[in-house]
Amino acid sequence: MNRYMIHLNSKRCIGCHGCEVHCKTNKRLPVGPILCEIDHEPLKPVKGVPKTEFSFRSCYHCDDPFCVPVCPTQAMVKREDGIVYVDQEKCIGCMACAGACPWTIPQLNPATGKAIKCDYCMDRLDQGLKPACVTKCTTHALKFVRLEVV
Amino acid sequence: MKKSVYSMCGMCTVRCPIRVEVEDNRVTWIEGNPHLLDHALCAKGSAGMALVDDDERPRQPLIREGGRGAGRWQKVSWPTAYDYITERLKKIKSEYGPESVVLSSRGGPWQNMYKTFIHAFGSPNYTNHDCTCGRNTHHASLSINGVGRKGFIYDIKNSRHMVLFGRNYFASLQIAQGNQLLDMLDKGGRLTYVDVRQTMTGIKATRFFQVRPGTDYALALGMIHEIIKRGIYDKEFIDRYVSGFDELCTFIEEYTPAWAAKECGVKEKAILAFIDEVAEDMPKVIFHPGWNLSRYKDSFYVSRALHLLNVLMGNIEVEGGLIIPKGAGDCGFKGIRMLDCPKPDIKRGDGVGWKYKHFDKGPGLAHLFFDAMRTEDPYPIKAWIAMRHDPFTGMPEPQRQKLLFDNCDLLVSIDTHYSEFGWYADVILPESTYLERDNPIALQKGTKPRLIVRRKAVDPKYDTKPGWEIFKQLADRLDISEYFPYNTIEDLYAWQLEGTGYSIEDFEEKGFIELTDKPLPLYERDKLDGQFKTPSGKIEIISKKLTEAGLESLKPYRSPNKPPKGMFRLVYGRSAVHTHGHTMNNPLLEELMPENSLWINRRAAAKLGIEDGDLVDVTAQNASYSGTIHAYVTEFIHPEAVYTVHGFGRQIPLQTRSYHAGLSDQKLMAGKLDDWDKAGGAINLCEAFVFVQRSTRNPKRRVEL
Repeated sequence: MNRYMIHLNSKRCIGCHGCEVHCKTNKRLPVGPILCEIDHEPLKPVKGVPKTEFSFRSCYHCDDPFCVPVCPTQAMVKREDGIVYVDQEKCIGCMACAGACPWTIPQLNPATGKAIKCDYCMDRLDQGLKPACVTKCTTHALKFVRLEVV
Repeated sequence: MKKSVYSMCGMCTVRCPIRVEVEDNRVTWIEGNPHLLDHALCAKGSAGMALVDDDERPRQPLIREGGRGAGRWQKVSWPTAYDYITERLKKIKSEYGPESVVLSSRGGPWQNMYKTFIHAFGSPNYTNHDCTCGRNTHHASLSINGVGRKGFIYDIKNSRHMVLFGRNYFASLQIAQGNQLLDMLDKGGRLTYVDVRQTMTGIKATRFFQVRPGTDYALALGMIHEIIKRGIYDKEFIDRYVSGFDELCTFIEEYTPAWAAKECGVKEKAILAFIDEVAEDMPKVIFHPGWNLSRYKDSFYVSRALHLLNVLMGNIEVEGGLIIPKGAGDCGFKGIRMLDCPKPDIKRGDGVGWKYKHFDKGPGLAHLFFDAMRTEDPYPIKAWIAMRHDPFTGMPEPQRQKLLFDNCDLLVSIDTHYSEFGWYADVILPESTYLERDNPIALQKGTKPRLIVRRKAVDPKYDTKPGWEIFKQLADRLDISEYFPYNTIEDLYAWQLEGTGYSIEDFEEKGFIELTDKPLPLYERDKLDGQFKTPSGKIEIISKKLTEAGLESLKPYRSPNKPPKGMFRLVYGRSAVHTHGHTMNNPLLEELMPENSLWINRRAAAKLGIEDGDLVDVTAQNASYSGTIHAYVTEFIHPEAVYTVHGFGRQIPLQTRSYHAGLSDQKLMAGKLDDWDKAGGAINLCEAFVFVQRSTRNPKRRVEL
């Protein structure tokens, strides 16, 4: 069961792509993989003002992920708190996970030759911090949400 | 070893406060200072890590071997480079006088160091980039309020209505102010945005005016007319502090909202509805007087009109309005020492102060030195030291600038990266990046004045030096070392803080020292006398200084020229992921935005057979430069204009990522190096027309063998 999600307040988002770079620099990624993405709809006039809605996408951390069972080396792991992550020690970079994922979320890190994906910065979470993209969001538009069963 | 360092960002000139984490001399994390920005940082700020790692920057001093711009460099040691420069500076000084040397910088809190250097050398010719930035706004404010552009801070958070004429807050980012604006909107405030195209800021607006390019002045005049007609102004404030109101009332009579609407191509009822809102929101309405407003031939008067709208609102020293920044004295603090040397009593080479008496003498106007280079009047200009300033990217027509700079015997670029000017210069002194260097302490005025400082987070990766050391070393060799009373940065900090009771260690807790716990109270509204430093001490609608210079204070409106057939007005701007010409080669920012595109109106594009994503050739009016980029076809730009992001089309081969990527707007501005505003001083950067056609490079068929 997933315990977390990242929520984007589109009203505050200014499409500055800060989150994408905050993520990349935290994970020391080279040019190539981008683990989270900001996008927006084409502009449409609303009461005379051209407007748009922004969306944020990283990994859905599926309840029943396709990428986990397909991994031949058990490098793709779903943690108890729902986070789906790549065990870098075990990954052989075959990218079967990317093929299995409906959204091709896992990407190849050319610096290591292994798969890389959003893991909600679990090293930071485990220290009581928030993911890099949320922590440094330019306008505090991203929120890290802990889900609770009601 | 792990450490945490408070510092100041250097990816753009906003210089946001940051906190940097370092492990074994490697930056692992940069975030906005949590005490001031709650960790927030923009894409550029995070990409600072890639700047340090980037090896496509000057890594040791370089002296030119081949012809200027040929790109053949001799790698030299620092002493060799310093000796080379000082030997030439001494020769130029003895042959032409010290005043023949100009130093330009990008302004900012440390400019006193550069000013001290050039003044101590004997030249009055310190200048900066502002003739292509905020000079019109600065001079407009001086002419009305007697204080410059920084004479007010905008209390955005508490305002009810922000009115932005092209001030694109969410692309030309200032993180603190941007968040204030969003907070204000979250609280139900209003944002009116005026531009020739829709922008990231405009999409957050509650009202949007897409105007014909160059008609901002008409819209502002129409607003003034209606505000005066309806009496929506602070009569008491105007009676007490303002002169020339009657003249304004007479002048504005003919500029009705109906006229403005027609001129700008907007709806009259939208202007009237806007004024209804202003009536509800005043005095907490801020008309932003412009940031980079060196655009149209009447930009100075646009800024004046916006300042006048603020005066009508009576929003000065009002919560949610324009606040007079408080300094060290307001906190009972004697202030810190800054490097200083009196300006030599020689008239400036750009004519500011004697030929042009209505301009601020501080940094003068960089573009007016070109005339002196050409004519040697009032005297020859023989050397130019560009401190982080890139005249070739900032000002129009680098092609022509090169011919003019060829009159100089010495061109020096001090910069962290290769600038276009640096590539043409005789010597490049590579400054360490902002993460690899210390900068002096500075005072930041505001409602809570504070001392700020940039501290080195990591040791320089290459053989680069901090600015304070470069100027000290040059000063020592030029026998002016008494103006630089330090050997190490610790000496300089101790000298700056002497007698204040503070030490540099006091910055370690939060990265700054607050001179007051609580925001300082506003000055009382009936005690503002002495705040407006005009000749009369009042807010002058009719400026004595302008009148004496033979210039109008209330300039009748003149409609902008329409682009000739087949041409468009070139309008430039910024994106949130790049800073002018500084960041195009940064690997992580280049990945986000490798080149610029050409915004073109859908109907205009259809007439030319241009579809979205097509390659288009954009050519200067005199065909001196042409570039090919992709078209972004949209209805949200005025049909007379095309728009692109500034800073691209760079021609430095060692910057492999940005080399010839995209299109350079300043190279398209044919004849615009001399097209400047005699009243405001700035260059008119949006007065160039360009040809646009669908490029023959769009593939029709493939021929491989």
